Amino acid sequence: MKTSTAHAAVAKGSTKSGPVFDVQQVRGEFPILGRTVNGKPLVYLDNAATSQKPQCVIDTIRDYYEQSNANIHRGVHTLSVQATQAYEQARAKVQRFINASRPEEIIFVRSATEAINLVAQAYGRSTLTDGDEIVICTMEHHSNIVPWQLLCEQTGARLRVAPINDAGELLFEQYEHLLNPRTKIVAMTYISNALGTINPVREITEAAHRHGAVVLIDGAQAAPHLPIDVQAIGCDFFALTGHKMFGPVGIGALFGKHELLDAMPPYQGGGEMILSVTFEKTTYNAVPHKFEAGTPNIAGAIGLGAAVDYLQRIGIDTVGAYESELLKYATAALQAIPQVRLIGTAKHKAAVLSFLVGDIHPHDVGTILDAEGIAVRTGHHCAQPVMERFGLSATVRASLALYNTTEDIDALTAGIHKALEVFGQ
Amino acid sequence: MNELQDLYQELILDHNRSPRNCRRIENADGEANGYNPLCGDRVTVYVTIDNDIVSDVAFEGSGCAISTAAASLMTQSIKGKSIAEAEALFKNFRRLVMGEAVASDNGPALGKLEALGGVRRFPARVKCATLVWHTLKAALDRQSQMVTTE
Repeated sequence: MKTSTAHAAVAKGSTKSGPVFDVQQVRGEFPILGRTVNGKPLVYLDNAATSQKPQCVIDTIRDYYEQSNANIHRGVHTLSVQATQAYEQARAKVQRFINASRPEEIIFVRSATEAINLVAQAYGRSTLTDGDEIVICTMEHHSNIVPWQLLCEQTGARLRVAPINDAGELLFEQYEHLLNPRTKIVAMTYISNALGTINPVREITEAAHRHGAVVLIDGAQAAPHLPIDVQAIGCDFFALTGHKMFGPVGIGALFGKHELLDAMPPYQGGGEMILSVTFEKTTYNAVPHKFEAGTPNIAGAIGLGAAVDYLQRIGIDTVGAYESELLKYATAALQAIPQVRLIGTAKHKAAVLSFLVGDIHPHDVGTILDAEGIAVRTGHHCAQPVMERFGLSATVRASLALYNTTEDIDALTAGIHKALEVFGQ
Repeated sequence: MNELQDLYQELILDHNRSPRNCRRIENADGEANGYNPLCGDRVTVYVTIDNDIVSDVAFEGSGCAISTAAASLMTQSIKGKSIAEAEALFKNFRRLVMGEAVASDNGPALGKLEALGGVRRFPARVKCATLVWHTLKAALDRQSQMVTTE
């Protein structure tokens, strides 16, 4: 086998920089990886859609409901105090995970989508006026397109799109040409969910700041793969979601610079976000509570805190190094099949492989792979403009996580050969 | 693997490779667009009606093997049928792919459409098989709006 050297390097699981990474031990921490699908061991390659959950995250959520379930920030009773502590500890964990300067800069939300909508509505709607501009790029997920389109309709602002090249990389000079004094917001993805491209977010932010625009980075895909440092990036807002980083669904976080959050009007009204309410005048609570109306997803936040602990225990650099070797192995394995065409070949890439198999429609490939127990995503990946950029309506996408192995990739390539056989290609 | 062979049987693969009646009909009496927002598949169905009979039917579009074969087989099965017969065939076809009992005594025979019966074991793919039929119905009703699977 051509890729046997890479195979050995990845299989050992050792990385150049970090501690020894034992992928089999990691796999043992994810109960779902022990199940079968259609009579075959599960090969889960749909991590960009959602990741699986380690036992420690599942246990943390169960323990919360079994031991300390109560509403937070109210009530003097013991359970409420314990639940509040755990919730606020989770906030501090997320703060440290992305290196925000203070915990108040972390707002718990439902998802990265909600984080972006919050910024569009609370910041954008109170700041932008007719003729202002918002800059995104071609590879955005719909969640970083549609909230800005809504904002444009509401304010008369204009959405401008920075193009990408055939490898799926941002054309940086063309992005810079779009920036001007009317540019008020730049919203860019850190990692493309459809292509795997890693954007130069620091340079993107610096360029935007030179023109006085605020910058939001959509970090939904980045959090499980890369060390994140919002202060080093310099961005004003950063969105992440829990379920893609081994945490529960229904919880995400928005980072915002304190002075911006403080000046922004609330996003939603209700309990928790107020200091005092009369029918004449309501005074809002301080950040972050101003943006957390209603009883939040307490168990979700605590579960996300456990996922952060989990990732930090393994070491995000170790994860990144392991995935990078696995991506090399997978890329070589797919390129060894003549009928496979990779879409998205950026130099700086996360472990996402978008591809086509001959002229077989991705949905047919997906069904055949599923019969082999292999879970991949097929379709437009909620990123129709990037599909259109490549003249496609759909691709097959295998997206890797820290628990994937070279055996998973071998199963994928065997499945692709099966699809070719079924379709006589 | 048996279920997979049942789904991708030779007749389906043949109609996917060489779809029948895959063309545009100029000045069609009815024309409708179908769209599956989940996968981005699009199909346009054209019908010519003479005295309540579907004298010609054709489709254009891009989709998976199941949707392409379903469209191709649909055109073959309803050409020359009355509008009422075409609609009855759709009802029976839907029962087939949903895994419900097909009314064999009073409904029209499915014939080659039976080849798509394997879809019932793949719930995620049922819409691939039915989109073109929903679009046909809109074309027969001379509706101009977009039909979606959602």
